[in-house]
Amino acid sequence: MTSPASVSKQIPIPRESGNGHTSDTTLSNERMAYLEGLVSQARTAAAVFTQFTQEDVDRIVKPMVLAGLEQAPHLARLAIEETRLGVLEDKALKNMVATEFVYDYIKDKRTVGVIREFPERGLVEMAEPIGVIFSLTPITNPTSTVLFKCVMAIKTRNAVIFSPHPGAWRCCYEAVKIMYDAAVKHGAPEGVFTCLESHTLLDNAYLMRHKDVGLIDATGGPSAVKAAYSSGKPALGVGPGNTPVYLEKTADLDMAVVDVITSKTFDNGTICASEQTLVIDDEIYEVVLRKFADLGAHICNEKEAELLGRTVIDPATGFMQPMAVGQKATDIARMVGLSVKPKTKLLIAPIHGVGPDHPLSVEKLFPVLAVYRAKSVAEALKVCVDVNHAGGLGHTAVIFSRNEEIIRQFGELMNAGRIIVNSPGSIGALGGVYNDMVPTFSFGCGTGGGNSTMDNVSIQHYLNIKRVARRTPAHMWLRIPKEIYFNMNAVENLRQFPSRSTVIVTNAPLEQFGHVDIVRRYLPPETRVHVSVIPDAEPEVKVVTEGIEALNFYKADQIVALGGGSVIDAAKLMKLKYESPDADFDELGAPFLDIRKRVVEFPATKINHLRLIAISTTSGTGSEVTPFAVLTDKQRGRKVTLADYSLTPDVAIVDPQFVMSMPKGLTADTGIDCLTHALEAYVSLYASPYTDGNAIQAAQLAFHYLPLAYENPRDEEARSMMHNAACIAAIAFANVSVGVNHALAHAFGARFHVAHGRANALMLPHVIRYNASVPTKFMPSPNQRTYVADKKYATLADLLGLGGQTREEKVNNLVAAVERLLDQLKFPRSIAELGISKEDFERAMPDLVKLAFDDPSGRTNPRMPLMSEMADLLWSAYQGRGVAKSARAAQPQNA
Amino acid sequence: MPVIAECLVDAERVLPALQEAREKLDGAGGELVLNFSAVRRLDVSALRAMEHLAVAADDKAVKVGLRGVNVEIYKVLKLVKLAPRFSFLT
Ligand SMILES: NC(=O)c1ccc[n+]([C@@H]2O[C@H](COP(=O)([O-])OP(=O)(O)OC[C@H]3O[C@@H](n4cnc5c(N)ncnc54)[C@H](O)[C@@H]3O)[C@@H](O)[C@H]2O)c1
Ligand SMILES: [Fe+2]
Repeated sequence: MTSPASVSKQIPIPRESGNGHTSDTTLSNERMAYLEGLVSQARTAAAVFTQFTQEDVDRIVKPMVLAGLEQAPHLARLAIEETRLGVLEDKALKNMVATEFVYDYIKDKRTVGVIREFPERGLVEMAEPIGVIFSLTPITNPTSTVLFKCVMAIKTRNAVIFSPHPGAWRCCYEAVKIMYDAAVKHGAPEGVFTCLESHTLLDNAYLMRHKDVGLIDATGGPSAVKAAYSSGKPALGVGPGNTPVYLEKTADLDMAVVDVITSKTFDNGTICASEQTLVIDDEIYEVVLRKFADLGAHICNEKEAELLGRTVIDPATGFMQPMAVGQKATDIARMVGLSVKPKTKLLIAPIHGVGPDHPLSVEKLFPVLAVYRAKSVAEALKVCVDVNHAGGLGHTAVIFSRNEEIIRQFGELMNAGRIIVNSPGSIGALGGVYNDMVPTFSFGCGTGGGNSTMDNVSIQHYLNIKRVARRTPAHMWLRIPKEIYFNMNAVENLRQFPSRSTVIVTNAPLEQFGHVDIVRRYLPPETRVHVSVIPDAEPEVKVVTEGIEALNFYKADQIVALGGGSVIDAAKLMKLKYESPDADFDELGAPFLDIRKRVVEFPATKINHLRLIAISTTSGTGSEVTPFAVLTDKQRGRKVTLADYSLTPDVAIVDPQFVMSMPKGLTADTGIDCLTHALEAYVSLYASPYTDGNAIQAAQLAFHYLPLAYENPRDEEARSMMHNAACIAAIAFANVSVGVNHALAHAFGARFHVAHGRANALMLPHVIRYNASVPTKFMPSPNQRTYVADKKYATLADLLGLGGQTREEKVNNLVAAVERLLDQLKFPRSIAELGISKEDFERAMPDLVKLAFDDPSGRTNPRMPLMSEMADLLWSAYQGRGVAKSARAAQPQNA
Repeated sequence: MPVIAECLVDAERVLPALQEAREKLDGAGGELVLNFSAVRRLDVSALRAMEHLAVAADDKAVKVGLRGVNVEIYKVLKLVKLAPRFSFLT
């Protein structure tokens, strides 16, 4: 046997000097210097290691693994000689699994530089080594754990300071040395592994807290693991188990019995995943025990079981007696005073419960297996849960069964990182032999076991994985009705939509204008037509409910919504509720930040199918092409906006003959609503080339034709173009939303009962100025590369031929053009002009700001509207156009 | 103006070059520049030699400047906390 003193010369570790400690609680200066030397050496090696490539690393790992394989029997022998635990052949096998199986798993894995790429997600994962790892290794699997950790460390470019269990120091040291020599010979940095000489808990505590130690990897008993986690360092501490095994009656019993014996006797039961309590269904209990006996197990009678429990489990602590750990069944029988056959492999002891009164129900790292006879599946599962909770949380559980449902239920009930099905627990948990789990010698036990991971510990736990996240272009869209018909007499297109039963939803004035008759004329002759006249107001739940009654009554397959935004919105909601009666408006109106990620989902299942044809009779909201519907809840004094592309009408008809009847006030209000939609969509954070074209076109049309339509309501061209403008602007805002102008107008309009278009008009010049100045705060938006609102306004001013040299002049000219238009349309110049007193306005201000802030429209505004800025904007609107220029919010921030 | 000694470090002879640099500290007139442009990697012994050089330079109050150090080596020096003990020149 190589002595520690002689081998220590071969690994370049600073030699221990002095007597170690000045007292039981403090380290001597010499000892501290020794420990510092270890860390410094490891730190240097780890730093040098950072320069290695994947190829460099892989060139080192392979010969290490080969050296480990070659020395597997030698190291097994050393371990047996030193620890007197386990089985030589099994230990050799474990050493081979720790090298060959682990290598098979890691050899093609990338651990340096880029380790994984997800091009479709714009994500790249890169490896950053940990640096110095302080590693505790157990007495039960001493050399295999060392081999495993050395291979992992080199593969991940880390340096390790080993602190083996004192009872397995020599064999571990030899294992470290074999790995070290092979590694350095093939280019690993000198000092990459070091091994503490004889140590105390003080040394461990010092190293665990050392600032240059990056990670503690503690494999061992509960105290080691606890110490690791208490150190305040990142730690991988993996602890004890208590594996329940359910042998269910449908299982292949012969296989189960062989597997349990193989596993429980493997290395004399020292693997912490091995079987501890076997719960057997009543119906098969006798036959299973007979099979165990036939294969060399000794089945204890009640008295023997009691004696065994009293002897191999410490009555004071309730834990297994260390002297039994890793011993042969026959030796344990001898120690206890049981007479068993000479070749007995396993002692099987019946228990009748789990817990302190049933000593054998705990972890026993030796070939003693408790068995429990369960009267039912429920009882069996309950006992397994009890065993799992008696010291085995997070570790391993085993089931033998052919009943998939019971296997699933077992999986759900067990809190275990490894739930092994129809195979041996201990070797199964190691991974790679009986299943496709990651090969390991450290079983993470999750939070149940007080561990940071539940995984089979492997290379990913020895790496810091960095994510290089590329900016992903926001997925954008242009979603509009399948068909849009426009120009005079577009209504004739109704002919092509076959329908058995159509309900026309409209309101009284429109019926009086004769618009309904025109629509009737163009519906196919075989269509039964019913007219549902709804109140001339913004839609309420009651209206929608009544509408659905009509749809049901007439078994409608088509709605024609003939009206302004109010009527079309009502029809959208009727369709939603008719097709999916369970749709809950309150829930569907829940707030959201991004329509693609919002929480509520609009119903996908439909019991009815209805075509919605929207014929707009105002030139403003564009509701005929939008996915929005505004519902008024008078009882609760609020409006709910529903937004979903399933609300978009199937067909839109933009026929100017229906807007010829609009009075001047309505023409102006809706026209400015249209212009506001265009201007807000144009500078929206979601604006795209697809919507910009529409926004610009709509703004140009509105500037040109709105005054004409207003002055001469019979001007067909002007009416037609304004009607198109409203729809074109809506195509833009249906896809990119609006902005703070709408948020403010919604709040102000609702509070002071001012028509939507009019409220928009009062805000518009102030908002353009505000958006054209450098934001106080930018709104996070992956879609925007830079702040462009001011440039876009200037471009629009150019397109409108407004003149101006600088960007600022152009923006000013645009604002002036808007103000001129508003004057032409006889809009009030200020909120004050509406007769709202300053005091009333001031009193309303907190509510207005809150409402405006909550309004989703503001979220796509090019400047993130701060609440104080919204208040400034409202005050500017109160004071009125022209005066606004002096308001704080309207000042360019860089002026 | 004192002439600052600048030594080119040969990629194949990093260790001897660092040892020579240590010997030159006495005559360095307060400043010594090592040109690392040709060096791609540091091994453990070179890193230790750098540490010794830093200590010796401190003792002799000589400022050691490193020219053309690649960023991988810079990171190594950073990891072992040696970076602040040198000045880095481009
Ligand atoms: N769904 C959307 O995308 C969207 C967008 C903005 C606003 N809205 C909602 O739309 C509603 C406002 O819509 P609106 O501005 O079209 O007004 P509206 O539908 O409320 O109609 C306003 C008034 O004009 C009358 N009218 C409609 N067409 C007429 C015509 N051709 N001739 C004479 N009178 C006519 C109506 O009978 C009504 O009295 C509000 O409820 C608002 O919340 C919806
Ligand atoms: Fe609007």
